[in-house]
Amino acid sequence: MNGGHYVEISHLDVIYDVTKGVFSPKQLVHAVNDVSFTIEAGETFGLVGESGCGKSSLGRAIVGINKPRSGDIRINGQDVTHLHGRSLHDFRREVQMIFQDPYASLNPRMTIGEILSEPMVIHGLHRSPGAREERVTELLRTVGLKPDHVRRYPHEFSGGQRQRISIARTLAVNPRFIICDEPISALDVSIQAQIINLLKQIQKERNIAYLFIAHDIGMVKHISDRIGVMYLGHLVEVGDSSEVYFHPLHPYTKALLSAIPISDPDVGKSRKRIILEGEIPSPLNPPAGCPFSTRCPLADEACRRMPKMQQFGSHQVACHHVNQSV
Amino acid sequence: MADINKCEAVLGIPASEIPEEWFERLSDEEKDSEFVAMQSKTYFQDTWAQFKKNRLALASLVFLFILILAAIFVPMFSPYTYDGQDLMHRNAGSSWQHPFGTDKFGRDIFVRVMYGARISLSVGFAAALLNLIIGVVYGGVCGYIGGRTDLILMRIVDILYSVPTLLYVILIMLIFGSNIFSVLLAICVSSWVGMARQVRAQVLSLKEQEFAQAAFVLGASRTRILFKHLIINCMGPIIVNTTLMVPEAIFTEAFLAFVGIGISIPMASWGTMANDARSLLMLYPMQMVWPVMAISLTMLSLHFIGDGLSDALDPRKR
Ligand SMILES: Nc1ncnc2c1ncn2[C@@H]1O[C@H](COP(=O)(O)OP(=O)(O)OP(=O)(O)O)[C@@H](O)[C@H]1O
Ligand SMILES: [Mg+2]
Repeated sequence: MNGGHYVEISHLDVIYDVTKGVFSPKQLVHAVNDVSFTIEAGETFGLVGESGCGKSSLGRAIVGINKPRSGDIRINGQDVTHLHGRSLHDFRREVQMIFQDPYASLNPRMTIGEILSEPMVIHGLHRSPGAREERVTELLRTVGLKPDHVRRYPHEFSGGQRQRISIARTLAVNPRFIICDEPISALDVSIQAQIINLLKQIQKERNIAYLFIAHDIGMVKHISDRIGVMYLGHLVEVGDSSEVYFHPLHPYTKALLSAIPISDPDVGKSRKRIILEGEIPSPLNPPAGCPFSTRCPLADEACRRMPKMQQFGSHQVACHHVNQSV
Repeated sequence: MADINKCEAVLGIPASEIPEEWFERLSDEEKDSEFVAMQSKTYFQDTWAQFKKNRLALASLVFLFILILAAIFVPMFSPYTYDGQDLMHRNAGSSWQHPFGTDKFGRDIFVRVMYGARISLSVGFAAALLNLIIGVVYGGVCGYIGGRTDLILMRIVDILYSVPTLLYVILIMLIFGSNIFSVLLAICVSSWVGMARQVRAQVLSLKEQEFAQAAFVLGASRTRILFKHLIINCMGPIIVNTTLMVPEAIFTEAFLAFVGIGISIPMASWGTMANDARSLLMLYPMQMVWPVMAISLTMLSLHFIGDGLSDALDPRKR
């Protein structure tokens, strides 16, 4: 293992070609732009950012749903962007994904039993039907569902229950890394906490690493060891969870945090509300230089150049004006 | 044995001495859970169980089955043949000898309807089956692969679609001669296109759904994703399309027979029989009724089967 990190993503770019028609000029959406970060085994890395900033694109690139244009993804020391055949098939057991929409992520025409045994069929695990049945029961118990749910269909379950089934499906292959793409944002607040607790408990029992995607930084802080903040395809700040939450350095992170209501009065006092002006730029037509420069209160001449990711204490920040207050 | 020892270790008393009041009755639900697990557990078992509950669909299936058996065996054991003329008994009404009467040459209409069933049902089912297989696979592959491959394959479909059926018939006849296979081929060439388009459109949108992506992430093969996850979810329109294909093929065959392509007299199909009866419609309407009734009942039962099947295939409608 080089560097010793479990997941190592370097200079990852994901680009969508959204050109309409054969003869029109090429239109590209640079959804993920030169993103690098690492995740340790058993750790939760929270990824936050506004809608459309490329969080899902990043997660989907890691599991291979979309091919990155360039960059490296190393998991457990293995370059996973160039896997084929047998090794790709085996890699599928290492990394799994939980999706945002619990209503769309289960095939409506399969029983829960079929949904949960499919991963075993695909990977040839627990070959006898009896063993599979036993494993399905065990999985259902793990996620807090009853064994006799195997005969039912997805539409007979609530959103939270479906998300539990999704979680059970990923666990069927014993992954060591799960990408959770906004797994709770479609659920009721009361159910959200249950799912979060389930995910945490599973992590503790099985030492699974999570890439936890969300747009609510408060929730992400709660479950993550480290947090990365994305803006318009760029990773602008990475650091330990409470460091980023209580002492943000990037002006965008500060703005994000100032926008959430604070229950803790000590934090509330030290925090000024920053109102961002203007709209988030179109990813079809991003600003030159620093992506945040069009809305940043600190923007000046220097921001015409793209800022590099730099180490500041325990944070990594991509900004020319880290030490200025907003 | 190990369990009993464990019990002793945990409770401090042997298992056999556990006092009765420590036991709790299982709730009904808990009792059920053992029983329930024995019942059908897969989607297809459930589909069949559900289909059987639909009396109309089941009756239709039985009817078609009997019709097919009759088409096979009645001509074998009947004293009459499709071309055996009996000029003494022309245009006879129903009787014990001739349940459906006879036509203007004194041929037994019942036996001719059964012979006709052989032709019409073969053409209908063969066309529907080919339409189903080719259309679903072609459309599914186009929609699933997408991109340039899809673009090229669908342009080919557009070209095929723009050629009139009659032109295919003429071209195919030139090559294979005027027989029933040419007719079948012509019907198939011109009809699978609609199915392909429909399936492609559905698959195109379904493949973006998260359950298809989840299957991909789990390492499912392309074939598995295409058939077990995508095509299974567009069964509704596929079934409707297939059941409509059967009567369409029966009518096309009849029309082609009418213009002299395909089977030739004295062979019978339901279409040609209806056509033959036209000239005497005012005098002997029953000669028209029998073959038309055969077509209608077949269509109707296919419709019921299709309906029952698409309901049974959709767990949300159970
Ligand atoms: N398949 C695609 N084809 C073309 N453009 C896409 C595709 N998927 C995403 N995009 C674009 O890429 C950008 C990033 O999208 P992405 O879904 O990764 O954002 P996100 O951060 O996950 O947003 P959300 O919080 O809404 O889920 C958006 O501008 C989106 O319109
Ligand atoms: Mg997203």
